[in-house]
Amino acid sequence: MLGRYTRATALLEVVMIAVTLVFFFPLFILVMTAFKKANDQGSSLELPREFTLENFGIAWTQGHLGNALVNSATVSVLSVILLIVFSSLAAYPLARITRAWSKVAYFTFLIGLLLPFQLALIPLYQTMRDLGLLGTIWALVIFYVGLQMPFSIFLYTSFLRALPTEYEEAASIDGANLWSLFWRVLFPLLRPITGTVAILNVITIWNDFLTPLLYLSGSGQQTVPVALFAFVGQYVSQWNVVFAGLIISIAPILIAYFALQRTVIQGFASGLKG
Amino acid sequence: MTSVQSAVHARRGMAASRRLAWLMLIPAAAVYVFVVVWPSIQGAGFAFTDWNGLNPVKNFIGIANFQKLVSDPQALNAISHTLIIAVTITIVQNAVGLLLALGVNAKIKSRNVLRVLLFAPAVITPVATGYLWKNLLGPDGAFNQVLGAIGLGSLKRAWLGEQNAAIWCICLIIVWEFAGYSMVIFLANLQGISAEVIEASQVDGAGPIRRFWSIIRPELAPSITINLMLSIIGGLKIFDQVWVTTGGGPGTSTETMSTFLYKNAFQFGDFAYGIAIAVVLTVLVAILSGGQYALLARQNRGDN
Repeated sequence: MLGRYTRATALLEVVMIAVTLVFFFPLFILVMTAFKKANDQGSSLELPREFTLENFGIAWTQGHLGNALVNSATVSVLSVILLIVFSSLAAYPLARITRAWSKVAYFTFLIGLLLPFQLALIPLYQTMRDLGLLGTIWALVIFYVGLQMPFSIFLYTSFLRALPTEYEEAASIDGANLWSLFWRVLFPLLRPITGTVAILNVITIWNDFLTPLLYLSGSGQQTVPVALFAFVGQYVSQWNVVFAGLIISIAPILIAYFALQRTVIQGFASGLKG
Repeated sequence: MTSVQSAVHARRGMAASRRLAWLMLIPAAAVYVFVVVWPSIQGAGFAFTDWNGLNPVKNFIGIANFQKLVSDPQALNAISHTLIIAVTITIVQNAVGLLLALGVNAKIKSRNVLRVLLFAPAVITPVATGYLWKNLLGPDGAFNQVLGAIGLGSLKRAWLGEQNAAIWCICLIIVWEFAGYSMVIFLANLQGISAEVIEASQVDGAGPIRRFWSIIRPELAPSITINLMLSIIGGLKIFDQVWVTTGGGPGTSTETMSTFLYKNAFQFGDFAYGIAIAVVLTVLVAILSGGQYALLARQNRGDN
């Protein structure tokens, strides 16, 4: 593992590159197929005989992907902002107060990490219906804020516990009250973990399928995975168009991933420790 | 002010501000109770009724839903498929993830690029990867064409359309998507192992596998625990990839607890039965994740 670049390392390098190519092969097919004309007779392993963008046009208009992208972005951004505000606020007493009620509250939040959301999904479906929220994106925002709360609180609380209390003490000497102490002194110090909370939640919320399938069904509103599901149902045998639709839907998240790859990978790796 | 006085002053100020700190829990607790705690309690209760989702009247019927469940071959089928998927991906995904992590942790030049590429499938929408693989594994898909090209044309088949192949295809899709995720968690752990431990593993006379097992593996206990938990829970809850590739078919050969729950509650209108399945799922998650956690904790104590 340590040491010089030996012949064995070179061999390992070749093997790992080959493995990665095999891993990426499905995505290569995805891109090739999306650029092929409908009457392309070549096998799916071949490059397009003629490159075309028409599949993307059909997918964009017929799949209502524009509208779905806006909905997905709105739901993700609103949910993540609320999650950041609520979970960072809650993490302060959970991390700093050592009384029994604080421990019980923290434990109650952590149980939510293990509870399958399928259990709450059906009773909540009825509550949302009674409140008239079904079919609106608000049902999703409320759902995600509650569902992702345990994980976000867990991340913030672990981070705060490792943070020295000197800053808070200095601020309270200056007579800052709790509210300004939190927002002006502590919250800026939480920035690294706030980034992790935002990224991990956006990916989870953007990709979720079952919840919007249920809570938005029958309404005109769709998120990206549900729009894809409906769209593929119509174009089931036209894989060129379907694949163009898949590329449009995964592009925002993949672009964000490649732009922020270091932070994303660190977030996924470190956020789950503890 | 002396430093002692200011410290006392600060502590008094902190104590005063902390008296109100519980107020900061309220927004988070309110949403959490509304979305998770209360509906879960309701759900556990509704499992003992005949609620159909529309009729406001719910009659208490005891454990009738659970009796129906244990005598319903379809339900038992769904439970066994779910367990097969959870166990298979737990083993395969983590084995592949660990090998990839060891590979990109070595001093190869491309390690940063490869790490980014191998993790990429994990951020892609599972619905999209489901459709991608549905095409790849189709009768004219790339998978069959590769088989033909390497002289194994006799193995060609409609992979997702055959009763005994479809469930393994679903495992393959999940492993492809999340092996990079396991890799990243193993990698973070590997990078935290001290140089001395690694040197010890190289100086030691034993073979590489034996060295890995006796020196590196105990150091990986934290990432093994997290990875096993994540893949067991993820496997038990699996819905998206199944729903878009096979919808539980062909026949009922890939029906999982989540697809079975969805069909019963939202297509057949039997909400109470759907919730009873969710209760069983919850119990399975608790038993399997708790069991494996206890097992690993005991093993780690034994190692030290």
